[in-house]
Amino acid sequence: MLEIKNLSVAIHGKPILDALSLTVKTGEVAAIMGPNGSGKSTLSYVVAGKPDYEVTSGEVLLDGENLLALEPDARAVKGVFLAFQYPIEIPGVATMTFLKAALNAQRRARGEADLTTPDFMRAVRGAAQSLKIDPEMLKRPLNVGFSGGEKKRMEILQMALLAPRLCVLDETDSGLDIDALRIVADGVNALRDPKRSFLVITHYQRLLEYVRPDVVHVMARGRIVKSGGPELALELERNGYGDYASQAA
Amino acid sequence: MAAVRETVDRVRSIESDAYKYGFVTDIASDKAPKGLSEDIVRFISAKKREPQWLLDWRLEAYRRWLTMATPRWARVEYPEIDFQDLYYFSAPKSAPGPKSLDEVDPELLRAYAKLGIPLVEQEILAGVERPRVAVDAVFDSVSVATTFKAELAKAGVIFCSFAEAAHNHPEIVKAYLGSVVPPTDNFYATLNSAVFSDGSFVYVPPGVRCPMELSTYFRINEQNTGQFERTLIVADKGAYVSYLEGCTAPKRDENQLHAAVVELVAHEDAEIKYSTVQNWYPGDAEGKGGVYNFVTKRGDCRGARAKISWTQVETGSAITWKYPSCILRGDSSRGEFYSIAISNGRQQVDSGTKMIHLGKNTTSRIISKGISAGKSQNTYRGQVSAHRLATGARNFTNCDSLLIGDACGAHTVPYIEAKNSSAVFEHEATTSKISDDQLFYCLQRGLSAEEATALIVNGFVRDVLQHLPMEFAVEAQKLIAISLEGSVG
Repeated sequence: MLEIKNLSVAIHGKPILDALSLTVKTGEVAAIMGPNGSGKSTLSYVVAGKPDYEVTSGEVLLDGENLLALEPDARAVKGVFLAFQYPIEIPGVATMTFLKAALNAQRRARGEADLTTPDFMRAVRGAAQSLKIDPEMLKRPLNVGFSGGEKKRMEILQMALLAPRLCVLDETDSGLDIDALRIVADGVNALRDPKRSFLVITHYQRLLEYVRPDVVHVMARGRIVKSGGPELALELERNGYGDYASQAA
Repeated sequence: MAAVRETVDRVRSIESDAYKYGFVTDIASDKAPKGLSEDIVRFISAKKREPQWLLDWRLEAYRRWLTMATPRWARVEYPEIDFQDLYYFSAPKSAPGPKSLDEVDPELLRAYAKLGIPLVEQEILAGVERPRVAVDAVFDSVSVATTFKAELAKAGVIFCSFAEAAHNHPEIVKAYLGSVVPPTDNFYATLNSAVFSDGSFVYVPPGVRCPMELSTYFRINEQNTGQFERTLIVADKGAYVSYLEGCTAPKRDENQLHAAVVELVAHEDAEIKYSTVQNWYPGDAEGKGGVYNFVTKRGDCRGARAKISWTQVETGSAITWKYPSCILRGDSSRGEFYSIAISNGRQQVDSGTKMIHLGKNTTSRIISKGISAGKSQNTYRGQVSAHRLATGARNFTNCDSLLIGDACGAHTVPYIEAKNSSAVFEHEATTSKISDDQLFYCLQRGLSAEEATALIVNGFVRDVLQHLPMEFAVEAQKLIAISLEGSVG
């Protein structure tokens, strides 16, 4: 369970999140919707531990453990995964090499043995196939020269391999055409699990047609201003965010 | 910034203790008195029972050296070296050469084991005969173990210590010694010519493809001993040889001077591939101690279609002053230089290459990857020139620098000179930093800051690693991680 309590965050002295509170239950898929600039991406970065964000007050707990006290890599080991809105290119590092390094780093940190190469290959191939990723792509440097859709699918592939407890998807639908969106959504749905929580951040309702959330939260001006069921997403689609922008002020 | 800060801090925290190979093997040495004079040159020559012509050659170099001044053009700073305060000869007691490994001082073998040489070479030193890599192990200055000699001899390949070659193959040594790097070449090469102790000698006869990769592990071991290796490799017409040189040295308080000379000669249609992994003690966090590495390496593509390829991974030494070069004399000959130079702590690297195009349709390729961390300074200095008769000369140069942290420096100093209007020289250069976003992305996937840095750096140098022989590439990758991770090892 992810619990965010009264979280206030600033970047370079400018407040972004304002005493935000939010709970995502274990096994729950929570959507966060909101207008641009409402602090959605900041929320995802702070949960993952990106430097530069100054937490001025509040708590972020994953199953009761204080995430804010941990370095980003330690949070990853605890099961926090962030699917980036703009996945980063790592020139010269084959995707396969990166995946193996990440997976084994997490395993070692948890005191587990490295995955053997055959087991690793099997896991990667299986995940790649279900996401319609060409195995040849795994030999290319990570994200270098990948299309927008390829990058997003690669994020989901990593999510599948690393099997996190908390998946944060930051605008994973942005820049995807309808086919890619379906593949990505199928990939996410396949990972839905009673022991796994999802925080799906999106600007549009589109993704939520495929990844059906249990709860929808509306974010504006750095806080959650409304929560409801999946129908809330449809309402937002019809009426826009106009009301909430003023409401939060 | 926290992640980057942390990386920088860890990189900065590197100190002498982090140097994994800092131990001293206790073997009483047979050394010449301190200082340099004609007498010392005679002593060295006598120790090696050298022929008169070689002594004369040394003495001439010595007299020449007295008239020369230390070169100052490189971007490196260090206190004046007192050449009278160094030893110029030391040999482990087990010399002269044993007939088999059983006769090798077990202390030496233990030293190699301690170095953690993860290669087949170690098996060979342990007596395992299966792998086909020959090792001419240079412990301090004298070769103490030479393997696979018989098999090489069957192919007609001569691979032995330089001293042995001077005895057994004087006609070849005489014909080639100093023909690529003349005794008058530069201050350190001239010094080497006067006092060189030992090194490797390779001759591959016409049309012979050397049946295995030849390898030498260098190790500086004696307190205050200058290391003056002299290596000569000759590939006759149509011959091929691949030579690997790898180095580690124990921890030191005084600076160790190292001034080696390597000469390569490739005749018509011959090919020489020379690979180096250099990991000498870089000094402590303040730059104290550490090896001064002033090396002259040069290859001569003497015949048509000859090819010489230098690949180097430089991670050690307090000061590196090194420019493995190619003289492209034969028509359609080719020179290559692939380099990874990593500097950390207070290390200073001034390294690069020279491609001298003299023949027609000669081609050369330079790929240099410099990585600077800590408070180090890393300079690429390269020269590409085309003689006026070098019609159709072509060069491609790519120089990339990667900065880690904000207290280091990367510099690129290319000299390009074309005296023939048909020459085509291309030069590309980039400088980049490991971005905060890259680091955060890797950390988010569970990699530690050190692992992330090593991974990104390995990606950066991949183009060059591909040119190293397989087992060397594996070691190089480990070295890169060690030299950047500090405490990890």
